[in-house]
Amino acid sequence: MELSCSKTRNPFTGAEANAVGVTVDHVSKSYGEGQVLKDVSFAVEPGEIFVIMGPSGSGKSVLLRHIAGLELPSAGTIRIDGKDPTLEETRERVRVALVFQAGALFNSLSVYDNLALYPREHRIGDDKAIDQRVMHALKILSVEDAARKFPAELSGGMKKRVSIARALVMEPQLLLYDEPTSELDPVMSATISEIIGTLKNEYSVTSIVVTHDRALALTISNRVGLLMEGELITLGTPADLKQSKDPRIVDFLNPRIDIKHPRFKKLESPEPKETKETT
Amino acid sequence: MKQLNAILEGVGSVVQLMMSALSYTATLPRQSARFIEQCYLIGYTTLPIVAILSFFIGTVLALEAGYAMQDFGAKEFIGSLVGLSMARELGPMMTSVLLAGRVGSAIAAELASMKVYQEIDALTTMNIPAAKILVLPRLAAVLVMMPVLLIIANIVGWFGGSVVARYVHYVGISPEAYFAALRHYTKFKDVINGMEKAEVFGFVVVLVCCDIGLNTKGGPREIGAAVTRAVVVSLVLILVLDYFVTKILL
Repeated sequence: MELSCSKTRNPFTGAEANAVGVTVDHVSKSYGEGQVLKDVSFAVEPGEIFVIMGPSGSGKSVLLRHIAGLELPSAGTIRIDGKDPTLEETRERVRVALVFQAGALFNSLSVYDNLALYPREHRIGDDKAIDQRVMHALKILSVEDAARKFPAELSGGMKKRVSIARALVMEPQLLLYDEPTSELDPVMSATISEIIGTLKNEYSVTSIVVTHDRALALTISNRVGLLMEGELITLGTPADLKQSKDPRIVDFLNPRIDIKHPRFKKLESPEPKETKETT
Repeated sequence: MKQLNAILEGVGSVVQLMMSALSYTATLPRQSARFIEQCYLIGYTTLPIVAILSFFIGTVLALEAGYAMQDFGAKEFIGSLVGLSMARELGPMMTSVLLAGRVGSAIAAELASMKVYQEIDALTTMNIPAAKILVLPRLAAVLVMMPVLLIIANIVGWFGGSVVARYVHYVGISPEAYFAALRHYTKFKDVINGMEKAEVFGFVVVLVCCDIGLNTKGGPREIGAAVTRAVVVSLVLILVLDYFVTKILL
C-alpha cells in the first residue's frame, strides 16, 4: 500500500521531518497452541491517529508490541517506514516511542532522570540543552512539579503523563500508546485524550493507540480497527463504526446487559441436586 | 534431551550477553557514575560479611590444623597451612560464594523486576541496550573489586588463624612463628593464583545473574524464582569452575 507523505514537527526544535507510516501485512502470532493474532493486515498513514479497539484479551497489546519491535510475528511482516522494527538499525533511523500501559518508568531514577536518559545516552545536546528539553516535555504534560519525584511517589494519572513526556523527549516519529486511559478517572481520561490529540495536531506525530475505551477511540481517531479474538473484524472511520450493522460491533459499542446472553450462563444458579429424604 | 537443550541455550545466552556487553567497552568512561555505584554495591557493601567470614574461616583452619598436627609435632606449620589454604582456595572460593549470595541475588532480583515491569522493553524501544548500561558496569566493577575483597579476606583470615594459634592452649604458637611459617610457604604466586580464580568466579557469577535476570518471563512471582535460580547456578558454576581453574593454574 502506498503511503502519502506528511511532515512531523519536532516539539523541541520546531524542525520538520518526514512522518512515518506503518504496514502490518498478514501478521499472525501463536504462543504454543494458542493463536493470539490471526492474519491481521492494515496500514497506518503518516501523521494519522489510528486506534486499535477490542475487548480485553483480544490481542491488542500483543499487536502493539509487534509494531514496537519487541516481538517477532509467527507469520507475516510489519514495516515502519518500509523497515523491520525488530532491527537495531531501524531503531537508529526511525524513532519509535511506546507509552506502556503501566508506565514502565525506571523506578530507580527520578522523573527528571527518566526523561533525561534517552538524550544523555544518545548524546543529544549538552546538559543545558537536555535540561531544557526535559523541562519542556514535562511542561507540555503539566507535570513539571514532579521532576524530582520518583515513580513510586506518583499517582496513576501522573505516571501516564510522565510516560508520555518520556516518549515525547525522544522526538518520536511514531508514538504507540498501550491503553493510555486504563485505570484512570473520567477527568484524567479526558485529559490524556486531549494530550494525544494535541500531540497529533501540533506535531503531526503518527500515533497508534490501543484501547478498549470507546469514548477515547471515537473522539480522537482518524481511523479505527476493531480486533476480536485476534482477528481484525473491521477497519474504518469512527463514523463508519457507529453506522455499522454488524452485531459484534454494535454489541461492543453499545453493550446491553442481557441475563439470557450465553456469557451470563455461568452465573445462573445450578440445578438443585436431588437429596434423599431422611425420616 | 530437553534439559541438555536448556543448558546449551543457557550457555549460548550467557556468551551472547557477554559479547554484547564487551562490545560497548569503549562507552565505559562515559558510564563512570554507574561503574562507581556498582563498585560501591559489589565491594563496599560486601566487605563486612567477607571480613567476618574470612576471620572465622582462618580461626577454624588453625583450630583443626592445630588439633591434627599436635600429634606429629608439626604445629609450627599451622601458619603455612592457613596461609596457603586462604590464598589459593578458601579466600577466592568463599568470597565468590558470598558474592553470589549477596550481590548475585540482588542483581538477578533487580534485573528480573525490570524485565517483569517492562523497564527492559522501555530501554529496547529507546534503543538503549541493557547490555551496555546494566551489564557492562557490573562486569567492570566486579573485575576491579574482586581482588580488593580477596586481599582483605586473605589478610583477615590469616589474622584469625594467628589469634587461635596464640590463644588456644593446645595450639600455643607465637604470632612470630605463625607468620614466619606463613611467609615462608605462601608465595606471591599463590596469592596471584587465588586472585585469578576470584576474577573468573566473580565475572561468571555477575554475568550469569545478569543473564538470568534479563531472561525472566512471566509475572512478579518469577522474580523470586529467578533469584533462586541465579544463586543455585552461580554456586554450582563456582564449584565446577574451581576444579578446572585449579587444574590449569597448578
